[in-house]
Amino acid sequence: MAERIVWEGELVARRGLYARGAALLAGGMGFIALLLALPSLALVALAFATRGTYGDVVWSFSLDQMKRLAGYGILGWSPDLLWILARSVAVAGVTTALCILLAFPLAFFVASRPPSRRYLWLALVVVPMLTNLVIRTYGWFPILGTHSPLTALARGAGLLNADESLYPGALAVYLGMVSGSLPFAVLPLYAAAERLDGSLVDAARDLYGGRWLVFRHAILPQVRVGLAVATILTFVPALGAFVIPDLLGGARYMLMGNLIQQQFFAARNWPFGAAVSLALLGCSLCGLFLYWRAQLKDEQGARA
Amino acid sequence: MSEAHDPSGSSKAGALEIRDVRKSFGAVEVLRGVSLDAARGEFITLLGPSGCGKTTLLRIVAGLELADEGRVVLGGQDLGRLPAHRRPVNTVFQSYALFPHLRVRDNVAFGLRARRVPEAEVRTKVGDALALLQLQPLAERLPHQLSGGQRQRVALARALVNEPLLLLLDEPMSALDAKLRAELRLELRRLQRRLQRTFVLVTHDQDEAMTVSDRILLMRDGRIEQDGTPEEVYERPRTRFVAEFLGAANLFEARREDDAIVTPLGKLSAEGPAGWTAGLACIRPERIEVSLEAPASPGPNVFEARIAERVYRGDHVELLLEPGAVRVQCAPREGLAPGVRAWLRFPPEHVRLLDG
Amino acid sequence: MNALRMRWVLPPVLLALALLYAPLLTIAVQSVNAARYGTSWQGFTWAWYAKLFQNETIGAAARNTLLLACVSTAVSTVLGTLLALGLDRMPWPPALRRGLDVLLHLPVITPDILFAAALVVAFACLRSASSVFDPGMVPMILGHITFQVAFVALVVRARLSTLEKDLYEAARDLYAERGFVFRHLTLPLLMPAVVAGALLAFTLSLDDFIISFFTTGAHSDTLPIFIYGSLRRGISPEIHALSTLMVLVTVGLVVGVERLTRAKEA
Repeated sequence: MAERIVWEGELVARRGLYARGAALLAGGMGFIALLLALPSLALVALAFATRGTYGDVVWSFSLDQMKRLAGYGILGWSPDLLWILARSVAVAGVTTALCILLAFPLAFFVASRPPSRRYLWLALVVVPMLTNLVIRTYGWFPILGTHSPLTALARGAGLLNADESLYPGALAVYLGMVSGSLPFAVLPLYAAAERLDGSLVDAARDLYGGRWLVFRHAILPQVRVGLAVATILTFVPALGAFVIPDLLGGARYMLMGNLIQQQFFAARNWPFGAAVSLALLGCSLCGLFLYWRAQLKDEQGARA
Repeated sequence: MSEAHDPSGSSKAGALEIRDVRKSFGAVEVLRGVSLDAARGEFITLLGPSGCGKTTLLRIVAGLELADEGRVVLGGQDLGRLPAHRRPVNTVFQSYALFPHLRVRDNVAFGLRARRVPEAEVRTKVGDALALLQLQPLAERLPHQLSGGQRQRVALARALVNEPLLLLLDEPMSALDAKLRAELRLELRRLQRRLQRTFVLVTHDQDEAMTVSDRILLMRDGRIEQDGTPEEVYERPRTRFVAEFLGAANLFEARREDDAIVTPLGKLSAEGPAGWTAGLACIRPERIEVSLEAPASPGPNVFEARIAERVYRGDHVELLLEPGAVRVQCAPREGLAPGVRAWLRFPPEHVRLLDG
Repeated sequence: MNALRMRWVLPPVLLALALLYAPLLTIAVQSVNAARYGTSWQGFTWAWYAKLFQNETIGAAARNTLLLACVSTAVSTVLGTLLALGLDRMPWPPALRRGLDVLLHLPVITPDILFAAALVVAFACLRSASSVFDPGMVPMILGHITFQVAFVALVVRARLSTLEKDLYEAARDLYAERGFVFRHLTLPLLMPAVVAGALLAFTLSLDDFIISFFTTGAHSDTLPIFIYGSLRRGISPEIHALSTLMVLVTVGLVVGVERLTRAKEA
């Protein structure tokens, strides 16, 4: 006889309960497994295949895509691709740093509002986050364009030539990236700030007095987890950014995200697109690992 | 509320019989063979420290847990593999588990509606149950608008409206403050007397058990240690655990030598179980007769000693007696001070001999 | 926060808000600017909004967007709710539970571009089985469901985890069968979270560009894709008007979700 258990007051066979659970999970997990998890694995395999003459995929194991990633093309070695990878990491890193710097005061500001109005401030952060990224990005065009006051200002200051404007260009990309990623940094930090134990901060103020020391010893340890989540939520998507560099960077500004898009569409070279995807994933994981190690060291330092 | 629901029509309806129930969670044996009986209309209490298995036993009776072995019979019907929703048993949960989205009225009606009782009948019965527990003014409130005591009454009404053969109460007072607890105990007792239904209460609070129960079953480590009326378990504890769990007790090491019982205080005479040779002598503090003058005729069980130390504990005092450095708890009394000589009499009928 | 600390916090806060809202406000202002070309102010007009509603292409894109959002939200709300129930209300062994948890979070943490690439690969394979999966509305809907379902499940599960197990036991104890427990206990208690999850899913569908962009076909362009395309051709003031309307819809949805979430907490 099947094993019977009582689950939430119901007398059932364990097998039957599992079958019911599997039925509940099947739909949602089916979508995630079939359309995301499995294809992601296929992407890994694809990175070791080659492109056929007509953009088809030739399934024979090769390291061609990896070599190309490392810069070896038909015309010999060139650093172009490595520059794209390096630039992507740099953009994501700088964006993350700037976002965290700006998000900290904003998160604490929102958390310090009276509870009745806190949700209003929070909504102010969430609305841009949930607004379509294309809209949020192209909104910078008029602000940074040829006839904009900002461009005139930059020209006046001698930062730009008379025929240049802020958009398109690297600066526009950074602005767009920070603007786009900021809410992802604010929300986790807000969650941490809301739970902050004020008495510890007060105690630290009595003990140290100095603003930096209070921050270092009373605030930082309490928001460490929020900071970690904020960093990850900013860095990983920033690394794969496609819309922002595509719209604000100009025709020749290329990051990994654009490269992947290009390979899957214009170039129809899926294996290489998959290889760049893999590189993107690798960089994300590296970033996470470095962050995790830095944090670990920091914790050890704090304990010592 | 109408007369007791009695489908079988026999006097056994509502009589609970538990036989050798065992239950393990993984490697932990929670119930190691529990048997008990409760007559129809009896109020029994499972009393014991946390982890003794009392709640698990209750949940097995309710059908919220399966016993590994043993039988649970209610009114002649083996509940065995009957699912919880088919058992003529209702539970008052420790947290009350009121449905947060339903008004008091609909919380109480839940069980009737689940059985598809006609709506007119539901209304009458819910009205009666609300009246019984004086909940009419709160009928339209939501659970979060109620105080702890009110919630408990709703939980009771929600269970009793179904006229169960057996009502199970899982620590129903533990979420309330001490004063309210004392009041509600008496109310619970009155309610049970009036309804004449079988109640099984689980608690770790000895006062609660003493106040409400017809019978107390003291549980320890998955077994029933003693089963009896409150007087019996208090006055005649069978083990050291029972003696210490219920109220205060003086326990002295004791052994039988010839016809006398030898303790650190001296020789005692007392009734013990047949074949008792060594263990503990037990006497409740209030049973010790303390005198500051030598009794006229030195009878048996009178000990003379000098008080070396005295600690006042409200309802009793703790004395350190010389010679022998024996600690004794007894009723407080004027004149018990360090240095004073005292005569303590242990009435033989109140001394119990226990296994060690 | 006292005045002294305020002085230090306010400038970065204002800078952050400016970064968040400068593009949105610029678009809003431009949407009522009478200038046909360029961005210099030429007077106030509603004309671009009026033109918007006469534009057939935009009408078609709006219909596509709504169709995509409605269908994917409906499916993902049901599946996401069931998913949350299946995860939270079952005695799964811990290892399996952890595995399922990772799978559930996958759509949330995968960068959009990788998600899109994975979908392209998936539909390329499925296409060999049926032409239903040719680029167009069907793969778009399926793609949206894939990420929405995870968000709905996470919202619903957060609510489920606040419900004590003894509520279900109490319902059982009170003679309720499984269906009755679901209809009269589980569903009413979950409803605010289910609606909040649905609104979130709807918002995410409107917000999405990359996944739609990678899976769209000849006749299934959504508003974001239309806007993206017209940016290449040169911006017209109608685009500003359209974008402003979309931002306002987002505001409405955020307020809706927020109301529901707060009602839940009460």
